[in-house]
Amino acid sequence: MSEDILKLSSLQLDALREIGNVGAGNAATALSQIINNKIDMTVPEVAILPLGEVPEVVGGPDAMVAGVYLRVFGLAPGSILFLLPRDSAFYLVDMLMGRSQGETQRLNSMDESALMEIGNILAGAYLNALSHFTKLTLLPSIPALAVDMAGAILSVILSQLGQMGDHALVIETEFTTDNDGVKGHFFLIPDPGSLSTILAAIGVTE
Amino acid sequence: MAELIKVGMADYKVGRNPASLISYGLGSCVGIALFDLVAKVGGLAHIMLPDSTQARSAENIAKFADTALPAMLNDIIKLGANKSRITAKIAGGAQMFTFTNATDIMRVGERNAEAVRLVLKKLEIRLLAEDTGGNYGRTVELKLDTGIFRVKTIDKGEKEL
Repeated sequence: MSEDILKLSSLQLDALREIGNVGAGNAATALSQIINNKIDMTVPEVAILPLGEVPEVVGGPDAMVAGVYLRVFGLAPGSILFLLPRDSAFYLVDMLMGRSQGETQRLNSMDESALMEIGNILAGAYLNALSHFTKLTLLPSIPALAVDMAGAILSVILSQLGQMGDHALVIETEFTTDNDGVKGHFFLIPDPGSLSTILAAIGVTE
Repeated sequence: MAELIKVGMADYKVGRNPASLISYGLGSCVGIALFDLVAKVGGLAHIMLPDSTQARSAENIAKFADTALPAMLNDIIKLGANKSRITAKIAGGAQMFTFTNATDIMRVGERNAEAVRLVLKKLEIRLLAEDTGGNYGRTVELKLDTGIFRVKTIDKGEKEL
């Protein structure tokens, strides 16, 4: 059996959901402080999806999105992706740059830096909580940004997973601001070899 | 209205005139259109990786350039295409994110496009046109009445190959 993720027990999936909860909770708090707005967060979903279905989570492969991508280094490497519908990303930039809602229609290089910095802060907050919880050292790479079709952005991560199997284990949380202006999806996608490290670190090996 | 057949990631589909084959949101993946202009049959593959022999899991043959193309070629011939008339057009193979220290993983788009060209050469299929590289996503559509391969992007315009 080449794909270990298809053999996870419900206890292990619950443990991964809790990891997502702790990480995303910390990240949501950070985001809420930056934009000075209340953030609602869904209970994280731990989904094991055929690779081709992952883009459906964010509206299909041709949905227009902004994505901040970071690699996770350390004992349990993986990928972090903060994905927002393009309009949400523009509105988030409006808030960050002190513009009125709807003003941003295109990202200049300052706007891009601001979004990458948000991704950086969220990933840092998420990984900090995750490191505390698992006692594993986890560090984010510098962020990279793309504004494009969801399928195209996700293909970067999915092709890495495709080397190992046909499914992705995705820990996903949806953020929404109080006024519904900004919606975002935060994904943690552990590299295939990292899952057993994470599960062993929290003592849930079966 | 002609039928529009969707091709997902790591998949391929074949069809005949008057249908169209479409695949959305290619990034580092490559879309390969094979077409016989006389029989008006063709196929569209959406491959993710260059080489099945380098992968731990190679069960899904549609995922790799080296296994998807021969299989799709066979299916098109079964639909009535003549091997000697089949030509190819390709698009995709972008590098979506730029890191200063681009590793092999980040260059997968470029490696995909290279692998596709090599496999086409081995299969002796003429590559008529390509739109590869860059740092942006593409949606591709093969029209089986004309063989026109339409490439759409978000803000780099639309072109017909």
